[in-house]
Amino acid sequence: MSDAPKQNDWSKPAAMAIPEGGYFKDKIEQGRYGPIFPKTPACYGFSIIAKIIPGREPNFYEYARNIEKAVAGQPDCLAVLKLHYLRWNLFKIKGDNYFQYMGIFDTDFDKYTEDAVAIFAATGLNTVFENLEGFPKDWKTNAQAFIKFVRDHHCPSFLEYGEYPYVSAEEIKKALKLKAAFSDMLDQMQ
Amino acid sequence: MLEFDDIQYILLTRAPAITGRYEFLSFRNAAGGRAWLAAILETVHSVQQARASIEKDNRWVSVAFTWNGLQALGLGEASLASFPEEFKQGMVARAEILGDTGANRPDKWVGRLASAELHALVILFARDTAERQRCESEHHRLVMKCEGVEVLSSLDLVATPPFEYAHDHFGYRDRLSELAIEGSGDEPRPGFGGSVKAGEFILGYPDEEGSIPPLPRPEVLSRNGSYMAYRRLQEHVGAFRDFLRQHGETPEQQEFVAAKLMGRWRSGAPLVLAPHKDDPELGADMQRTNNFNYKEMDPHGYAVPLGAHIRRMNPRDTAANMNRRRMIRRGAPYGPHLPEGTPEDGKERGIAAFVICASLVRQFEFAQNVWINDKNFHELGNERDPIIGNQDGTLEYKIPMRPIRKKITGLPAFTTMRGGAYFFLPGLKALRYIVSLGTAR
Repeated sequence: MSDAPKQNDWSKPAAMAIPEGGYFKDKIEQGRYGPIFPKTPACYGFSIIAKIIPGREPNFYEYARNIEKAVAGQPDCLAVLKLHYLRWNLFKIKGDNYFQYMGIFDTDFDKYTEDAVAIFAATGLNTVFENLEGFPKDWKTNAQAFIKFVRDHHCPSFLEYGEYPYVSAEEIKKALKLKAAFSDMLDQMQ
Repeated sequence: MLEFDDIQYILLTRAPAITGRYEFLSFRNAAGGRAWLAAILETVHSVQQARASIEKDNRWVSVAFTWNGLQALGLGEASLASFPEEFKQGMVARAEILGDTGANRPDKWVGRLASAELHALVILFARDTAERQRCESEHHRLVMKCEGVEVLSSLDLVATPPFEYAHDHFGYRDRLSELAIEGSGDEPRPGFGGSVKAGEFILGYPDEEGSIPPLPRPEVLSRNGSYMAYRRLQEHVGAFRDFLRQHGETPEQQEFVAAKLMGRWRSGAPLVLAPHKDDPELGADMQRTNNFNYKEMDPHGYAVPLGAHIRRMNPRDTAANMNRRRMIRRGAPYGPHLPEGTPEDGKERGIAAFVICASLVRQFEFAQNVWINDKNFHELGNERDPIIGNQDGTLEYKIPMRPIRKKITGLPAFTTMRGGAYFFLPGLKALRYIVSLGTAR
């Protein structure tokens, strides 16, 4: 991968147009569970879109409250996923309810995929997926089936943008910590 | 309860051997292959047998097969299809995932290890050279008797001096990461976070998730079996010593650089516990040499650099689900010892090791793909494992120090992958089942 020279360029906003299918055909990197989607100025990410099993909509709102509680109770419970942001949406197509789960993170999903499966089980993130059509019933013991579902329902981007491209959440947190420490130091010097 | 009378000894026992030999076989004829297996089966120890007579035995034998090998022996289509995808594909097809590219790529491998004709492997460990040679001739006679069985290549293993403890050609102490499997009778040592569930290594038992994952069929074939990834890694001792001299003026400074690449002094003493000065006694003390963590004791890598070999291969408390990534390592050095002060002689020497686990994709391939070869492991940006990562001279290695870190650019490759394969290591009942495939039912 040729990501090294890009990394210092955080000050220069960047956009990337992505070919149909989500990959740059001449430089597809193979991951353990299949080809890896490219890193973009908006880092790695996925958008999973799937149909809800009819009648299960209330579960999604209950689930939202549960996740809110889980993260409040243990703020680092999703740390393994190396996330920036997650967004969940519900919407209708021709009267059917659909669910979208969009994440932006710093490592390609393939790398820590088993850890993600474990997190799903531990935090209750799974409960919402079990209300989607086609989600494998044996996902807990069958990482392969889980990954296949995610890959089958992932809609790759055709365009991504980063105001501060390629910067990891860890680097942002480090910078903010440094800023806080520096302000504190200046205060102490008054 | 683990079935010690069925599990091949190598999974749970270490033979007191100082030499050994691997032979890589091909079967041109299923019946001939099964005849070979029927005969060699008599010499394969179970855990129970090995433990009962480890003092008086002089040789220990293990047998394993590639997916192509199982096919060549006549295993049915449904059974073949039930094996995991990565094992079916084999190590050659997984080269890019494993970092076996550039100088490490399969078309440069030796011993016909990259060939689809590689079907089986016999691992021999022997108490001395005379016993190894005796077994070699005995096996040669057996192979000659079995139709269509061909030895593709072999590799002799020899311990390198000094002989008091296991170490590689670079001089680093080996066998420090011996984990304990629940139910094996082995006591977990301090620093391992307790014993690991048997299902992480042996098929048919609950794993760390508390369940038994889907296994190859029939059960008699998979139960008490395991997977092995073979890696023949050449060690460039001359280049390694040149590097140490280039980055350290005195022998002490050179030892320090060697320690910083590994995360341990060559004696085995971990830098977290002995940051400034070697402590060989600590290195050899199995009760102490692993008893440390990173999150509290070395979060910034001032002792063990964030990209050091031992920090990548076992990130301890800085990785999630560590017990889902554990591996058993077996193997030995090969090739002639290069005495200190002797210039590089161009002869191949290295380490020929097996990584044993219940899931190649989740354990072995994860370690290769993420821990060893992810350039951005721990946000390092432009590094790979300094000892066994894919190095092409363009990457760097950062050693955190106060007030400013030392950054080595253009790190050379100290190792080159010379060949490897994925094997299935069946239990003894499964070996007998394979032998029986030819008989009419």
